[in-house]
Amino acid sequence: MPVSLARYLAARRSVGRAGFVPFIVAGDPSRGASLMAARLLAAAGADILEVGVPFSDPVADGPVIQAAGQRALAKGMSLTNAISFVAALRKDGVTVPVILFTYYNPILRLGVERFAKACAGAGVNAVLVVDLPAEESIEMIAILKKKNIEIVLLASPTTTDERLKRIGKLTGSTAYYVSRQGVTGIRSGLERDIAKRLEHVGKLIKKPLLVGFGVAEPAQARALAPHAAGVVVGSAIVKENFAGGPAAVRRLAKRLIAALEL
Amino acid sequence: MDTPRGGVLFSLFMTPSSTGRFGCFGGSFVPETLIEPLLELEAAYASARRDPKFRAALKNELATYVGRPTPLTFAGRLSAALGLRVWLKREDLTHTGAHKINNTVGQVLLALRMKKKRVIAETGAGQHGVATAAAAARAGLPCVVYMGTDDMARQAPNVARMKMLGATVVAVTSGLKTLKDATSEALRAWSADSRETFYVLGSALGPHPYPTMVRDFQSVIGFEARAQILKEEGRLPAHVIACVGGGSNAIGIFTAFLKDRKVALTGVEAGGTGLGPGKHAARFAGGAPGTLHGTYTYLLQDKNGQVLPTHSISAGLDYPAVGPEHAELRRIGRATYAHASDQQAVKAAHELCRLEGILPALESSHALAYLHKARFGKNAIVIVNLSGRGDKDLGTLCP
Repeated sequence: MPVSLARYLAARRSVGRAGFVPFIVAGDPSRGASLMAARLLAAAGADILEVGVPFSDPVADGPVIQAAGQRALAKGMSLTNAISFVAALRKDGVTVPVILFTYYNPILRLGVERFAKACAGAGVNAVLVVDLPAEESIEMIAILKKKNIEIVLLASPTTTDERLKRIGKLTGSTAYYVSRQGVTGIRSGLERDIAKRLEHVGKLIKKPLLVGFGVAEPAQARALAPHAAGVVVGSAIVKENFAGGPAAVRRLAKRLIAALEL
Repeated sequence: MDTPRGGVLFSLFMTPSSTGRFGCFGGSFVPETLIEPLLELEAAYASARRDPKFRAALKNELATYVGRPTPLTFAGRLSAALGLRVWLKREDLTHTGAHKINNTVGQVLLALRMKKKRVIAETGAGQHGVATAAAAARAGLPCVVYMGTDDMARQAPNVARMKMLGATVVAVTSGLKTLKDATSEALRAWSADSRETFYVLGSALGPHPYPTMVRDFQSVIGFEARAQILKEEGRLPAHVIACVGGGSNAIGIFTAFLKDRKVALTGVEAGGTGLGPGKHAARFAGGAPGTLHGTYTYLLQDKNGQVLPTHSISAGLDYPAVGPEHAELRRIGRATYAHASDQQAVKAAHELCRLEGILPALESSHALAYLHKARFGKNAIVIVNLSGRGDKDLGTLCP
């Protein structure tokens, strides 16, 4: 059995820091540049890398990741190319666990079995299908499990207690808590009572939580660190990578990692 | 239940499963933030459809505001030209000029019942946006309509109408700047504020319970038409024909005839300028099953599962996915689906103007064009659903 995401997060916590989970879009602004960003984030101390697969109609994403996806698609990125992207990272000696973040339709088109096989071959550790709710995930979970790949299910501010329990049972070693309503993006501050809500959600899901959506600044990361196993930063990193390149990504990563120290 | 009760019959023929499936199609493929809002909507709608008070309010609104029942008009000169008996179901005569209003008055009544503070909608041709803006104005609810900038340019009169009706029109510049992207933007807006906001979805599409709810609200078209044709002709039609974008006017007229096995049901998609990628919106001719905007159905997509661009001269048919119930009706062989080109639709619009003095919407003109494409029995009775009027298309029809 491969080491679970939860084990990586627990190891990091034991040395006094919440997990740092940066998100990038494979192929944005080019395959080479996004590979460079991924290597750099791993070297800077990312505990888990979230690799986004661009989709033509990303209903869960805000403007920054929408634009990144469009750029990547224009350069020929696809689900199979994103899986090869992870294989290339592994070949480069990048060992941090990878969550592949994707919409459902590209998987359907490829075939769930073929998808699971390709992911296993490339060294993908976990899969998050953003528009496949727990209730529709049963078959996917079973197929991925055979290939030792975890699923990461989502929970949100509107998820009821009954469904939180169900999500907790179905998800892999962690669940992803969407820290606020709406889509991905850069926002300031956090939802009121986020700490209380995270405690409640964690109790019902009974697994460590990755927390993301709207987390962009070190101050937000610092506030979340005591209450989350890992903090996901997406749009802010995608934006820095496009506007400022590798040096800017490294600077932001360093600041976020410092903020996650407990 | 063969006869309409209380003027509106909620169809029981094809009830989807508890997960909103029509056979294998449909379902609820949405981000987690939308799951609870959809469950809340499903429960509220299930309670409303059983409530005699809600049904009475809807019936009254359809009669006194929308202008129902709409007539079934015999198209005498068109019939003579084609050797058929063509009847037109006149949804173009409803308030705001298209069938869309049947659904929006229903959903806005539901929004009031759920005590929501505002409504949002997506729109392509602008008819659903206008119909939502009108119903929202009447209910005293603020209304925001998402519309692609390409559609805003080609349907400018409807943008002006929405604004006059007090709606805020949000220009959507992402993606292809048409209905698909407007729908994505409306879903995003709903996920950001589902507690206060009711999303009035305009077609028999999207996640459960929308395909069922929109079908139910539109099924009044078919129940009226069925009773009207029996009164006029003393028998059922051989064919019922409707255009299919998302497919709400088509499912609206088909539903009443589903059990009448001898009535052939035909949906006509947009053939555009040809069946190459990006040139049409004929999902059954060029698509494959997939998920978009929360539903599993026939979808125009490339080999990587990315959604393909579409084209149609009519903004209302210019969408890459078809309503899931249509996918199932086609699979079980109860309905068939054809397509008509831009050119054939324009020709059919001009023909109806000259022969019958009726200016049809370009969407509805695709259904009319099919009359020339198919072979029917001599003097066969045919009902065409004239889903909307064509005033909005004058810029395209008479450049």
